[in-house]
Formats: sequence, C-alpha cells, structure tokens
Amino acid sequence: MSKAISKDGQAAVGVYVCHCGTNIAGTVDVEKLAKEMAGEAGVVISREYKFMCSDPGQEQIKKDIAEFGLNRVVVAACSPRMHEPTFRRACAQAGLNPFLMLMANIREQCSWVTKDRTEATNKALAIVRATVRRARWMRPLQPGRAKVKPSTLIIGGGIAGIQAALDIAEAGYKVHLVERNQSIGGHMAELDKTFPTLDCSACILTPKMVQVAQHPNIELLTYHEVEEVRGSVGQFKVKVRRKATCVDNAKCTGCGVCITKCPVKKVPSEFDEKMAFRPAIYTMFPQAVPNKPVIDRKHCNYFVRGKCGVCEKFCEPGAIVMNDRDSVRELEVGTIIVATGYDLVDPGQFKQWGYGRFPDVYTGLEFERLCNAMGPTSGKIVKKDGQAPAAVGILHCIGSRDENYCKHCSRVCCMYSLKFAHLLREKTTARVYEFYIDMRAFGKGYEEFYHRVMHEGTRFVRGKAGQVLAPTEADADAPADSMIVVAEETTLGKLLRVPVDMIVLATAMGPAQGAKQVSEMLRIPRSPDGFFAEKHPKLAPVETPTDGVFLAGTCQGPKDIPDTVAQASGSAAAAMRFMARGEVEIDPSVALVRPEMCTACGMCVDVCAYQAIEIDPKRNKAVVNATTCKGCGTCVATCRATAIELQHFTDRQIYHELAGLLGEAW
Amino acid sequence: MSENFQPRIVGFLCNWCSYAGADLAGTSRLKVPANLRVVRVPCSGRINPLFIFKALEEGADGVMVSGCHPGDCHYISGNRYAKRKLAVIRRLLDWVGVEPERIHFTWLSASEGARYAVEVGEFVDKVRALGRRNPMARQGVAS
Repeated sequence: MSKAISKDGQAAVGVYVCHCGTNIAGTVDVEKLAKEMAGEAGVVISREYKFMCSDPGQEQIKKDIAEFGLNRVVVAACSPRMHEPTFRRACAQAGLNPFLMLMANIREQCSWVTKDRTEATNKALAIVRATVRRARWMRPLQPGRAKVKPSTLIIGGGIAGIQAALDIAEAGYKVHLVERNQSIGGHMAELDKTFPTLDCSACILTPKMVQVAQHPNIELLTYHEVEEVRGSVGQFKVKVRRKATCVDNAKCTGCGVCITKCPVKKVPSEFDEKMAFRPAIYTMFPQAVPNKPVIDRKHCNYFVRGKCGVCEKFCEPGAIVMNDRDSVRELEVGTIIVATGYDLVDPGQFKQWGYGRFPDVYTGLEFERLCNAMGPTSGKIVKKDGQAPAAVGILHCIGSRDENYCKHCSRVCCMYSLKFAHLLREKTTARVYEFYIDMRAFGKGYEEFYHRVMHEGTRFVRGKAGQVLAPTEADADAPADSMIVVAEETTLGKLLRVPVDMIVLATAMGPAQGAKQVSEMLRIPRSPDGFFAEKHPKLAPVETPTDGVFLAGTCQGPKDIPDTVAQASGSAAAAMRFMARGEVEIDPSVALVRPEMCTACGMCVDVCAYQAIEIDPKRNKAVVNATTCKGCGTCVATCRATAIELQHFTDRQIYHELAGLLGEAW
Repeated sequence: MSENFQPRIVGFLCNWCSYAGADLAGTSRLKVPANLRVVRVPCSGRINPLFIFKALEEGADGVMVSGCHPGDCHYISGNRYAKRKLAVIRRLLDWVGVEPERIHFTWLSASEGARYAVEVGEFVDKVRALGRRNPMARQGVAS
C-alpha cells in the first residue's frame, strides 16, 4: 500500500504548520515558517492551517498526498506524544506508510516556553527544518503483531480494583486480583457513612467483595504482592509472592476460635488506625473477604519466643500451618490495571495543628473509625477520657493546598468534613466548627448536602486554622483542658480563638506507600504530586504511557468513591479493548543487524536488557528477535562496528536532524 | 564573550521521561531559553557518542543529555549505559581541547518540568560564560 521511497533525492515532502488557534500562532510567525519551509530541499508543498488535527486539516494532508504524490509528511504542531497517532492514521488512510510522517514539536517545546516572537519563530524554523531533513531519510516500516492473552492482573483490592475486576470478569475474561493485605476492601472498608447519601460504606461495599470472591473468573490473591513484571502488552509475565499466612485456607472454616484464644491481645490494629487492639492471629475486620485469619509473625509468641501454638491446639479442622513459607509463582496476563490507592500523608508532621500534642486530635480516617459501629468505641463519638465532646473543630486542608506539604487539593475532604459535622450533630450535642478555605462541593448532590449541613447548626468559619494551642490568659472562658483553634475569619477580617475539646484534621491524601516501587516495576511515570501519571490528563485518563497498563482510582490522584468507580470501569473497558481484539500491533522501531558488518563481538548481547539479541552460531552473526526487542537502541550506540541500526531512529536520520537544528536560523 | 552571546545548545532527551518533562515545562507555560533545541531519542541509551561529536562539529556550543532517573528507565538500564559513555566522552573532549563542561548530563523525570526549565537556564548561562571556542566545529559553521 505504501508508495514510499527510501532514497534521498526522491523525497516529496509536505509540510503542515499548525496554528493551534493562538497556542502556536500567538508566538510563532506561522506564515513565515510555512513560506520558508517551501524553499527547503525536497519540499513539494508547505501550508499553514488553524487546526491541523481537525477534520479539514487531516483531509488536506490526505488530499495533498494524492494530488502531489507526497511520500513524506511533516506536521509542525504539538508534541508527538499528543497527536502522532492522529496524523499517522491520516497518512495511512491516504495510503502513505504512517512511519513516513514526522511531527515537529513547536508547541510544548517552542511557542509555550518562549516569550519573544522572533526567538520563538527562529527556534520553530530550526525545529521544522531539522524534521524535514530527517523526514527525507525515513523509511517505511510495518508493525508486527502479537497475541493478547485474555486475562488481566489487577494490583490492589480496594473499591477501584474490585469494580474493575467485576467488570472484566463479567465480560468473560480472567482476572487475577492481587491485594497485599489479607482482605480486599481497601480504605472504603474503613469508612463509616459515605457522602452525600449517607449510605453505610460497608453495606454497599461488602456485597461487591463477596461477589469478587465467588466469581468463577476471578482468582483472588490476597496477602500476595507483585514482585516483578516483564514483557509487554499482550504477554506480561508477572511474579507474585504469596506471603506465608500460616493458615491453610482450604481447611479453615473461619470460625474464629483461634482469634479469641490467642494470648497476644495488644497489637495495635492497622484497620482501626491503631486506636484498638487485635491478637497476633487475626482477620482485618469481621466482614473480611476471604474471612480467613493470618498469623502476624512479628507479634506471634510462637515465632517471637519460640513457644505457644495455642491456635494450633484449638483449631479443630487443623488449619494452622506453623511452617508455612512464602512462595512465588508466575502469571501470564495480557493487560494490567493498577489500583494501588492512596495513603494519608504522615499526620505526625502536623504538630502545629495539635496532632500528637493533644490526645483528642484525629485524622479523617481515625475519626471514621470513631464513628463506625464496628470501630474502637462501637460508634460512640467520645474523647479519649470517655466523655462526649462539647465542641469539635474540623480543620480543612491540613497538608493539602499547602506549599509546605502537598500543593494539590485532596478533593474529598470538604465533603467528608461536612459528613462528620452531620454525624456529630446527629450523635452528640457538641458545637461543631468547620474551618475552611473554600468549600468545594463539586459532585452530584454535594452542594445540596452542604446546604443541609449548614441548616443543621454547624458553624462555618471561612479561614484556615493557623494553629492549635493550649489556652492562655487570653482565653478566659475556655476550660483549662480545652484546645484553642486560632484562625482568621476572612469574611470579617478578624482573628478568632475558638476553644474546642476535639479536633478532626482533614488530612491530605498522598500516593500510597510503595508507589515508587510500583512505578519502577511497571515503568509508569508519576506526576509532580507523586501519584501515577495518566497518558493524557483529558483524553487518556486511564491509560499510562506503557501500553497495556491502566490506572484506576486514587493511585492516579485523590478522588471520591463515585469517581473511583467510574474510572475503574473506564480502565476495565480500556483493558478489554485489547483483549477483545485479541492481538496488538508491535512498534516496528526495533534494532536490525547488518550482518555484513557484524563481527559477533557480543557487546550488544551484553547490554540488551531484554535478552533480545543472540549470536547465531551457524553464521557467527548477531541476530535481533524483533518481537522481544523494545527499541531502546542501547545496542546500537554500543556496537563498535556500527553494524546495528535502530529503525526509525537511525544514525543517518539523526545526523540530518542535527544538521538542520544547527543550520542557518539560530 | 559578551552578554549577548547566544550559545547554540543541542539537547538529547529520552522519549519517556526527559522529553515528557520538557513537554510538561510547556504545558505549565514555564519559560525555557530558546538556546536549547531538542532531539528526541527513544532512550538515553540510544545516544551514540558520535551524536555529541557531530553536534559539536555542526557548531553546537554545548550538549545536554538527559534520561530517566536511575531505576526509572523505561528500558530498564539504557540510562546507565548512557551515563557511563558520557563519562568517557568528557575525558576525550578534554583531551581534544573542548571544555568537558560543555556537556551536561542530568536525570529528568516526566514530572520535573520546572526542574528542566531551571537546569536548561543554568546550563545556557554556563556555556555562555565559556564562550564560543569550539575547536571541533567544522570550518565555516562556528561564527
């Protein structure tokens, strides 16, 4: 289908300069750019247009390919990371091999970063000229194809992982759901009520958890961790470690006798945010799925002191396996969904707001447990001394929207703070103060909920709390054991000192612990806030730059439950797109050995991270396996005989690009 | 050299981290000196030492090379090979009479748009201070 030619001198290049509205044309003289490019060697036609990516823009390219017999196309517009697929498709539709289209990035790396019009125009000239010169040396390539295994690995069993797993399993594909804790449910299982409908969190979550456990297409791998991911879209090879639970789930009936008999009683419960205790053999919470205990070997007497075994003695089915060992197995999956969630940022750093200094200062999650009927106080909102609070301060934006901690907005805090105010008014007689900067009630029914809480008698102070102090002489009316919230009421321009005896800090959401390792393992980048970066903030919100790896939920940024569920379904659909088609195109930009120059020295074999190169013993030449090669080009840069080239990024192509960059218009 | 001297700098940026970081500088509308012009390569490991010599030969006053942070390389280990090659190239440049400071190597992630803008600015200033004394430049290009 391609009418391309690879020898220089015969190239017929079309240059298309995009205005991108005023994004480019506002800073770069696009008319001049197009005019000058018309004079470049090999250029047959050079045009400028308002929006090249629009339908008429693409149509123009297709028309010119037919009319002028273009065999190279250069689109000077945004970053290739943005619209390369768009223009490749347009060229392919016109019968031109898509790899003969190149983009010159004159938006992100020129017009947007340059102020001066002359400077920007000169830089754009150099960039486009370089691209035209490189374009003349481009060669047509044919993408390979690979099978996509009809299975997905989902990392993280919170509500995002649960939703994605159910969507995919229902569609008939296999799911391996890996959760590092012994139960799925994630943070949502910790919550009490959910805003704005005040559904009980467990009531809407636990049926889904059970559904996951019972689904024939879902393999639930709790207390497992992903250790290594190799391969690429369609054929990922994943090593998962099963951490020793010391309980044989096949035999365990979940009766819970072991839990009641365990003599170790005082291990702080992670699930209850360390406000309650659990034994050394335990389930995370009563509705855990699977409802099988594990032994925490760090606290178990048998492992710490070498003797005990009470659980073993009382376990009738004989499910306790003290000599249980970790085991590692390999899964093969076609796609991966990352749903590793969030963690609250360390509240220990918020001493100025009283955390750790006063007993009754809580994070949002701690307060959830305090409200929860299954929590440490059975749902009674009481202070550490057992008394009901008389006045509660809810402090918004603790760590969020703050140059000193996280710049981002954690998005859910305004709403759960309102929910807390509602629960406090419902369950106690306390005065409730909300100290806020802006009230962000953005979702469906949220603003209405805000109004409802406003009319329930909560006092709203428009101003962020600056600090929390012990009372001084200035606070004559305050009880001696109270805390003073100091805040500026910005609507009055007045500094307030509000005495309270309980404080809830709307603590910022940060990336989950281990996000860095996950990012390195899957080679997915993170945005400046530390959360995983999506491929495009608007148009590819569930994809990552790594094909076949998708994001769901708060691992991509703070979001509430409805948004998390929506994104999880989105990522499931995106993953199924690959699996339904059953095969995937492989980037043909791979290394190629010119056997006549190869000396079989083996340097390339050594540097290849994918074991994609071998020395063919018969011919004594290096051979690249095109399906395993990822196209990094490290072997090319290492070969002393210049016997390997990286297609689409050959030395010659890059030299011509360099000459164009450093040419006349500097 | 005068303050007005505008050095010509070529940047070799890997597609996955550094080029994305440079894009982010644009998306964030930061200002980056126009002295730097970028060649996109799939991985910093792709950078043949000859690219750098070729850039100098074509009249570049400085070359910036950037890849993913150690451990973050999209291709597992290409960035480490790049770093090792660069170390050797610097020594060689010193030997032929080109200040090794004209070559700048840095790790830049896709999220470090702001750092990219700062690093480019600093490197441009550094090369500006070194001036245009490039014995490798082909006759006629460095003027």
